[in-house]
Amino acid sequence: MASDDIASFASGPAPVSKRIMYMLHGNPTIIPLVVLLIGIAIFSVIVGDRFFHPFNLSLVLQQVTIIGTVALAQTLIILTAGIDLSVGAILVLTSVGMGRLALDLDMPPGLALALGVTVGSACGALNGFFVTLIRLPPFIVTLGTWSVFNALIQLWSGGQTIRQQEIEAAAPVLQWTGHAMRMGAAQVTIGSIMMLLLAAFLWYMLNRTAFGRHIYAVGDDETAARLSGINTRRVLFAVYLIAGTICGLAGWLLIGRIGAVSPLGGQMTNLDSITAVVIGGTSLFGGRGSIIGTLLGALIVGLFRNGLALAGLDVLWQEFTIGFLIILAVSVDQWLRRIAN
Amino acid sequence: MAGAAQESAPILSARGLRKAFGRVVAMDGADFDLYRGEILAVIGDNGAGKSTMIAAMAGAVKPDEGDILLDGEKVVFASPMDARARGIETVFQGLALAPALTIVDNLFLGREYRKRGFAGRWLRLLDRQRMRDEARRQLSDLGLSTIQNIDQVVETLSGGQRQGVAVARACAFGSNVVILDEPTAALGVKESRKVLDLILDVRARGISIVLISHNMPHVFEIADRVHIHRLGRRIAQVRPDEITMSDAVAIMTGAMEPPHS
Repeated sequence: MASDDIASFASGPAPVSKRIMYMLHGNPTIIPLVVLLIGIAIFSVIVGDRFFHPFNLSLVLQQVTIIGTVALAQTLIILTAGIDLSVGAILVLTSVGMGRLALDLDMPPGLALALGVTVGSACGALNGFFVTLIRLPPFIVTLGTWSVFNALIQLWSGGQTIRQQEIEAAAPVLQWTGHAMRMGAAQVTIGSIMMLLLAAFLWYMLNRTAFGRHIYAVGDDETAARLSGINTRRVLFAVYLIAGTICGLAGWLLIGRIGAVSPLGGQMTNLDSITAVVIGGTSLFGGRGSIIGTLLGALIVGLFRNGLALAGLDVLWQEFTIGFLIILAVSVDQWLRRIAN
Repeated sequence: MAGAAQESAPILSARGLRKAFGRVVAMDGADFDLYRGEILAVIGDNGAGKSTMIAAMAGAVKPDEGDILLDGEKVVFASPMDARARGIETVFQGLALAPALTIVDNLFLGREYRKRGFAGRWLRLLDRQRMRDEARRQLSDLGLSTIQNIDQVVETLSGGQRQGVAVARACAFGSNVVILDEPTAALGVKESRKVLDLILDVRARGISIVLISHNMPHVFEIADRVHIHRLGRRIAQVRPDEITMSDAVAIMTGAMEPPHS
């Protein structure tokens, strides 16, 4: 037999750099938190009091509400090692649906709202059907449905915007999410509160229920999950269905945010939602990530956009900075995955 | 322990299993017998079809023909869950653990405990404390107390520790039969030693074990009987104290006629 040294265990304390690596590996949410704090520190120096004003901070929260909500849906998908390129289209399609149902069919606003959210669920179910039963890669499926849903948006809306006054007259409930509650100088919209409540619900689901653990397991190692007796297709289908439903709710929040229904809005939501998820530390390879990370990621995106704008820089510098943040986030994820092996 | 086992009826057996994948015949009338409380090693050359046979016992492969008998009663497994429900646990090669999940999560993956009452039934709340306690008890029962933190992520464990978790998981739920596919394949000397000791501990609990391995010294050290597989079927059953390692390898590769048994 060979010498005992072959399989000896490492002993003694690890060097500081290793210990930081392990700490980050155990708590990856620290990274977006640190980035957020650094961002706040930088902007408070550059921009000063205007940035820290409660009104401005609540404005940032309003600005990230749509992206944040869609990013919550995207988090679930990415945790299963998938991707959903159709979330932005579902978002707009459901808002168009709610508006058209209420106006054209003279439907009670509450029913139009419920049916609109159901349209989102149906879109998610369609994605889930192709991913789980036809077994196509999520990237291809959602690239295809993105195109399909976009066509439906144009067909259903006729390319027309529904003006704010029309909705106010026919279905004010659709704008309810945009109402702001004053807390001192801050204005927190009902939509923002709904996003936070949704995040709390999803956190509970992912961390405190078996279904949530199964979502992580499916994304981490689908074979291992299946051999453990998890019905991996059912989990995947449910995730796409839930994501579609969340995008449907986001469609409601979108009407509240802009007041009107526009077939053109929300086109950047796809990439922005993925950006928020990735900056929040969720791995594009699945199995790793968190809801809190995504909220922080969305806040980072909103904060950098807001801070750079207040600093008087060209809008293009926002895209520039966020591009680098994405690369930084993915690099950190790769680095953490490497130490695991 | 094993001497008396031979007298009784087998706990798990198979007769005439056949399975073809396209034109490749993976099982060609394979028989199999595992007796209560023994460690049965299954050896065979690469491509002899032993993995397919084991997968059939584990419910992961459906044989085209043939019967699987559990305690003498014919059973049909549609999935690994079916086999597990009947007390047959398998540790698949490559471990079948989710690396980014914790030890507790992995131990209970697919059979989590929920809280009693309203919180469990309606809020689907997991009983994490109970799972933690149970996990800690299982690991220390199996002498795996070196794993201190059961909330540790599996990928931070060494290969031997991971194998320990996989074995603990297989033994944890009142199983009768544990199938281990190449449990020491990727391990160093010391870690292999620990895993072999662990397997002996599991047998001492009265669990019957099927051990698939290419490592002859390990097979001859801990197996009570050796099932030799060749060209899709069992060609010999031998006792490790009646045959040399090189003869076993010769039978396995077709260089020597099997003994009559």
